[in-house]
Amino acid sequence: MGATGLVCRECGRRYALDPIFVCDACFGPLEVQYDHGGLNGDALRTRITSGPASIWRYQDFLPAERVPAWDLAPGYTPLVRAERLGRTLGLNHLYLKNDTRNPTWSFKDRVVAVAVAAARNFEYSVLSCASTGNLANAVAAHAAKAGLRAVVFIPTGLERAKVVATAVYRPTFVEVEGTYDDVNRLCLEIGEEHRWAIANVNMRPYYSEGAKTLAFEVAEQLGWRAPDRVVVPVGSGNMFVKIHKGFEEFQRAGLVAPHTVRMTAAQAEGCGPVATAYRAGTDTVAPVIPSTVAKSLAIGNPADGPYVLDIARRTGGAVEAVSDGEVVDAIKLLAETEGLFTEPAGGVAIGVLRKLASAGTIDPDETVVVYITGIGLKALEAVESELPAAVRIKPTLASFEERVLQLAGA
Amino acid sequence: MAIHVRIPTPLRQLTNGARLVDVGGGDLSQAIDELDRRFPGIRARLIDEHGEVLRFVNIFVNERDIRFLGGLRTPLADGAEVSIVPAMAGG
Repeated sequence: MGATGLVCRECGRRYALDPIFVCDACFGPLEVQYDHGGLNGDALRTRITSGPASIWRYQDFLPAERVPAWDLAPGYTPLVRAERLGRTLGLNHLYLKNDTRNPTWSFKDRVVAVAVAAARNFEYSVLSCASTGNLANAVAAHAAKAGLRAVVFIPTGLERAKVVATAVYRPTFVEVEGTYDDVNRLCLEIGEEHRWAIANVNMRPYYSEGAKTLAFEVAEQLGWRAPDRVVVPVGSGNMFVKIHKGFEEFQRAGLVAPHTVRMTAAQAEGCGPVATAYRAGTDTVAPVIPSTVAKSLAIGNPADGPYVLDIARRTGGAVEAVSDGEVVDAIKLLAETEGLFTEPAGGVAIGVLRKLASAGTIDPDETVVVYITGIGLKALEAVESELPAAVRIKPTLASFEERVLQLAGA
Repeated sequence: MAIHVRIPTPLRQLTNGARLVDVGGGDLSQAIDELDRRFPGIRARLIDEHGEVLRFVNIFVNERDIRFLGGLRTPLADGAEVSIVPAMAGG
């Protein structure tokens, strides 16, 4: 029961559950395979609903065992009906997956929880990553809880809160002079020479499986059914690919009825190599040098880009991009209509939702889920200059009536 | 004249375990041809039948992705560092 081995997504070559991430023969990505021991949908559903209120309720679909003493209990975040935002955009069945509600306030806790559990199986003592910020937060926190050493790598120029919220866990904190793509290449080279568990390098087949829980939870929270469409922010594309895999696994296991989820990818124009390839009708993703307010998506050379293109096309989804201005507007719109403050990646997703809704690409009666993958507090820089300052008054009723009453409109 | 080529783990079975191999100058294409003469089969693991770099391989010269340089025609100066890495990482 559970994970049985690794298989190359491209050539099908099989491997044991080792700390490896690409196929020896073709460099293709390795995927975890599972055996559910003949359990049917009802039996699996019972196992899930009697599990903990975290990603670990889906243990049968994850490649490493939960380590109770190390568990920060990520996941099982709210799926909220977005009626006010939906009315604004003309969408009747709109939901938000609020993944700001995680131990370090982004979806990265899901993937890191699995990576750290896998790292334990392989007896690593150093946990590392190449990060645009959120992953470094999650790795530093999980390593602290587990008593492992953390060495996290980020590019220069990240938001202040992401830096502070990582440093507080006291990892070895490395800022690399370059972009995320430089950091990623460096971590690949480090992984070749040093025996470290690098979450998104040699732990990647395990790590990335954690993102499937974003699909599992949505299906469970919708009452064991798949939505018609999801909108997912895309940097590397890995989360997008794994959400798709999650829905497919649940269908194959008989947990939800067969249903094609229109997989819709959202990118920032300042780093939209997948959207560019989608528009051009090619399946080759040309790398770019990122320049966008959505720093968590600033990956110019997205590893899973070609898979994102394939899945979006195959499922009747789309890949769309929005400008930084549209991202900021979308952050404000989400906050003003739903009381939810997202980081720019969520603004990218809402911006693309808005664009596709107004273009008529999304049917008003589709059940649509938008993934809000990280919290706005970590990226105040994106919006602070766009917001009005507080009205300053004297502590008197007269001052209040003079300066505030009109503004309140009441 | 030497160019230093960093070999990724999956290809070290072809280089008798060598992590770093020195080759002569010219351009990247010539460097890969030389690698293939010394370690037969390595070219086919990097380059497809149309002469393009395979989708799951990224090549860097002095830390820069060759797709931002001259691709396989990227010239290699003495002391240049070539890094061959798997594409499926990160995120």
